[in-house]
Amino acid sequence: MSSRIVHIASNTFREAVRDRVLYNLIAFAVLLSGAAIFVGQISIHIERLVVINLGLTAVSLFGIVIAIFVGIGLVSKEIEKRTLYTVLSRPVPRWEFIVGKFLGLAGTLVVNTFFMAIGVFGALLYVAHTFSAPDALILVALYFIILEFLIICSLALLFSSFSSPLFSAVFAFSLFVIGSFADDIRGFASLTQGVTRWIATAAAYLVPNFSALNVISAVAHQQPLSLQLVLQNTFYALFYTTMALSGAVLIFERRNLK
Amino acid sequence: MAAIEILGLEKTYKVGFWRQRPKRALQPLHLNVEEGEIFGFLGPNGAGKTTTLKMLMGLVFPTAGTARILGCEWTDPKVKAQIGFLPEQPYFYDYLTAHELLDYYGQLSGVPGKNRKRRIEEVLQRVGLTDVKGVQLRKFSKGMLQRAGIAQAILHDPKLLFFDEPMSGLDPLGRREVRDLMEQLQCEGKTVFFSTHILSDAEALCDRVAIIHKGELRGVGAVEDLTSTVQGKVEVIWQGTQVPASMKALGAECHVTGDRVRAILPENRQDAAIDSLRRERIRLIAITPLRTSLESYFVEKLQHSQTTAGSTL
Amino acid sequence: MTGPRRTTTIVAAGCLTISMVACILLLRHIDEIRPPAIIDDALYVSSPKMVKAASLGFDGMMACIYWTRTVQYFGERHFNHEHTYNELAPLLEITTALDPRLFPAYEFGTSFLAPASPQGAGEPARAIQLMEYGIRHNPDNWKLYYNLGFIYYTEIKDYEKASQVFAQGAEVPNANPLMKVLAAKMAGHAGDLATARLLWSSTYESSRDTLVRQNAIEHLRAIQVEEDVTRLQSAVTRFGERTGRLPASMRELAAAERWPGIPVDPNGHPYMLTSRGLVVVENPDDFNFLTKGLPPGYKPPPLPKFHMHT
Repeated sequence: MSSRIVHIASNTFREAVRDRVLYNLIAFAVLLSGAAIFVGQISIHIERLVVINLGLTAVSLFGIVIAIFVGIGLVSKEIEKRTLYTVLSRPVPRWEFIVGKFLGLAGTLVVNTFFMAIGVFGALLYVAHTFSAPDALILVALYFIILEFLIICSLALLFSSFSSPLFSAVFAFSLFVIGSFADDIRGFASLTQGVTRWIATAAAYLVPNFSALNVISAVAHQQPLSLQLVLQNTFYALFYTTMALSGAVLIFERRNLK
Repeated sequence: MAAIEILGLEKTYKVGFWRQRPKRALQPLHLNVEEGEIFGFLGPNGAGKTTTLKMLMGLVFPTAGTARILGCEWTDPKVKAQIGFLPEQPYFYDYLTAHELLDYYGQLSGVPGKNRKRRIEEVLQRVGLTDVKGVQLRKFSKGMLQRAGIAQAILHDPKLLFFDEPMSGLDPLGRREVRDLMEQLQCEGKTVFFSTHILSDAEALCDRVAIIHKGELRGVGAVEDLTSTVQGKVEVIWQGTQVPASMKALGAECHVTGDRVRAILPENRQDAAIDSLRRERIRLIAITPLRTSLESYFVEKLQHSQTTAGSTL
Repeated sequence: MTGPRRTTTIVAAGCLTISMVACILLLRHIDEIRPPAIIDDALYVSSPKMVKAASLGFDGMMACIYWTRTVQYFGERHFNHEHTYNELAPLLEITTALDPRLFPAYEFGTSFLAPASPQGAGEPARAIQLMEYGIRHNPDNWKLYYNLGFIYYTEIKDYEKASQVFAQGAEVPNANPLMKVLAAKMAGHAGDLATARLLWSSTYESSRDTLVRQNAIEHLRAIQVEEDVTRLQSAVTRFGERTGRLPASMRELAAAERWPGIPVDPNGHPYMLTSRGLVVVENPDDFNFLTKGLPPGYKPPPLPKFHMHT
């Protein structure tokens, strides 16, 4: 069982690489180095702040874009191109297919993030000339960003399992934006009354909680992050991903592949 | 043991967005395929052949009915290790090379590592793709894709093969190769179930056929039986352009083509015709008993079904 | 549905439900860890200009979000009896920077930014700046002048300036005729209760915000008590002048003055008379903003009671 999932995952990874997804790293490198050099030249005393903010925001945004644009095609592309038929005629349960695809995409993003992290630290070294202990917090921020990616990937896959790429992209992107305001949504919900309150609260709790995972500004200001928060966010991301993938499996199990 | 037993599989689609009208893609189908035979599933486009195949593969879920494959329930996961599937006009991961593709499929089919390499080489050679095994599939021609498709279907040495329109898009050489391959597979003891709308292929290859039209089974039987000499006529071909009077007297229909004459006459006049030609010292080229072609059987069944609603053999 | 498929379906459905529940529970936990961070994050960009830039043109939307955060922020702290509202000023400034026409924000600033702790943030100067900003962007809105004048009257106690502002507000086309009256009153009887009552009544009537209205009612109640106590106290003095002694009780005073019954405070409780002849309310804790009618030696409770019901 597990080896099939691994094979599907590595094939998905291979596909992403050969589709030149990783070329985004070039754009990232250009952006970051440009900013680092620019900031280093004009010496506005907040070089660290700029590099960390810009670097981490870019890691996050580039990754989200990849997660969505690759993720939405994971299932629908295979159906459209009918490559799925020869896979499913083999002893591959449908759920393994979904999980394998997810792991492949997540793996691609982790690798991508790894290279980007090197870039961020490199740029940081360039402008600050040295690392200080609180810079280790950047790793926590990156870890949280990866957790965000897991959630977005699972959502993109969920949508891909039943909807066309265009709609999947719209839904996934909307959920990303809404999720960034998850705190406020819950706030809004608590101000409503009656039936609306129930519906709004339910919706607010189901929206992915990206606001808790976005610690870029805190890290840039070297604010400490509690271990509790790290643990809880980890569990949250894992459970949310499981939820979305379970949904994807339930839908995909039922689907007639015309 | 029957390799495939289809027990009442049917499929009804709901078409339309608001008021969903049911569309019957397949009427309840009952069909058996014996082990070791090449079975042709014939029908015009849209008849329900692909729907049936997809249901057997578990890609589409039937509205009713079941099936047994190699003695097991068709949804039993163990079954999938024993079957190979070639879909219609296959399209594979174009970023992979042929070798990588087969490696991937081999992994998914559970072919152990040591065997896999060997098996891939064997299969590539068999379908004639050894030279291009390192080329990405996006550069493959249609014929090459078809061959790759066959390769992935036979890779794990399955007992039962399902081919959906295996000859489509192939040039005559390619079709010949596929036909040869299918016969070889039969010699190896495998069962081949394939769908096509090209009757000459079916006639040449199949032991038995089934004809399906508009979701309904119209006829099943051994090719020989279906095309047995019903007409009772013979075809006589001789050299030259003349038609002896005696021939005409026998009631021959004659056609002159180039320097040959082709005549059709009743079977019981066969000997008289031979004598006639000898007397005239005309060189006999060939005498062939005429069989109903599968095509005419096919057409007849289709027409028959159109005039008599809901009748099956 | 067949065996393996059914198993997968059940397992997947189970995973879905369990993880959904887990997510919700975790979220509540995470919320508990994070509260200070929320507002700090919201205000990390404490420059209104930067927020505006970051909104990518969706200023209105962001203004709504910030306004909601403001209300939540204030409400929560008030409910928890916190005294300080340091973030109120920046929150209001950002909100109005994003949407200068979000009028409830100005109203809120008048009622809760200007007054001193524990009723408000105690930043009248910033409140004035806020109103002036609002007036600059909405010159045809008389209510903003009203708010500004209000602050000068209640917090700064600069009656002349208040009068000027009300007069300016009266010039605005379609201004409430009240503005002229207020301008005049400021000029003349700035310190008296009738003016105060007029101001708080108009605040109560013109606002739709629950907190603001509640606040106004509390003030009106206090004013009513002040008037009552003044009136009753002078009755006590008259009694003393007539009889040469203090009335034994409120009942005796009521009889002497031929009042229909014992006078009651706005909560319906009768006023009481101390042994020294002071008129006091029965339950001083029920009133905010009282300056008269408090029993001698009365200390208001450290935590102000704020009735959330009308």
